Amino acid sequence: MPLTQEAVRAWLQRCAAVLEENRDYLTQLDAAIGDADHGVNMDRGFKAAMTKLASLDTQDIGTVFKTVGMALVSTVGGAGGPLYGTFFLQLGVKTTNKQELTPQDWAEALEAAVNGVIARGQARPGDKTMVDALLPALEAYKAALQEGVPFSEALARSAAAAEEGMKATIPMVAKKGRASYLGERSAGHQDPGATSSYLILRAAAESWAGAT
Amino acid sequence: MVALVIVAHSAKLAEGVRELAAQMTQGRVPIFAAGGVDDDILGTNAERIREALEAALASSQEVLVLMDLGSAVLSARMAIDLLPEEQRSRVRLSQAPLVEGAVVAAVEAAIGKGLDEIEASAVEAARMPKVT
Repeated sequence: MPLTQEAVRAWLQRCAAVLEENRDYLTQLDAAIGDADHGVNMDRGFKAAMTKLASLDTQDIGTVFKTVGMALVSTVGGAGGPLYGTFFLQLGVKTTNKQELTPQDWAEALEAAVNGVIARGQARPGDKTMVDALLPALEAYKAALQEGVPFSEALARSAAAAEEGMKATIPMVAKKGRASYLGERSAGHQDPGATSSYLILRAAAESWAGAT
Repeated sequence: MVALVIVAHSAKLAEGVRELAAQMTQGRVPIFAAGGVDDDILGTNAERIREALEAALASSQEVLVLMDLGSAVLSARMAIDLLPEEQRSRVRLSQAPLVEGAVVAAVEAAIGKGLDEIEASAVEAARMPKVT
């Protein structure tokens, strides 16, 4: 069964819950190489997004994603605001007027979202950013669809690739954001943005484990 | 006349820079502050910046945006993308340091300089000797 609007909302709620649970963890990661606010920022942003969604009456999945994107843009505060804002706005653009999503719809939406983040932040793979989790996740998802595996399995592989990408940021030297001020000293720490990206994609795989 | 928008992680910082630049020009240059996630939380807010840009574009043909650090640039770029397409080219993001850049830009704007000249002077402000 394709993903319904309820399934999409369930994912977003799971994101909010997971980001709340991991608030201190993300902030600790950010304290090592940034300004120690990523966990607090993401938690605040997703709480604001959930409040907006609670009063949003629509069948259109695109509107759901755009509402989340705009809420994040105005409440997250750090670079995560424009970056995750763009991620969800782009998901929204690609799913406008859709009441359900097929595996192919998700491929197109995720691709637009990841490309949006890359265009917004101008980060390349290896710069120790969200992109290092998001890009492998997108590629793994598309490769899985090509192989013809079920939707849920493709999502699981996508999350696993995001996790590997996240871990691969540990030895990297940051090229973007506050962490880049640290230069070589940023090596040895896992990137907080790549970590939140992994958490969000893992939440998708978990929420949509029954999707086919 | 070119208007200025001041983007900073703290609402107080943005307002303070606005105040400082306005003092040099006695209110002749439209200057708008867009600092903080809100008045209490540190960070930048693209929606807040968009509102300031709208106000600035309503008073002036062109707008120069002065920013502090980190996500200020990303949020300002996002704010420009949230504007109607035909307005986007009327906004320029400045390379200049926030405080010196804002003061110099306000002075230059007050005497009717164009966007290119104002930006060049604001960037030059970073190289002015401070301790002599």
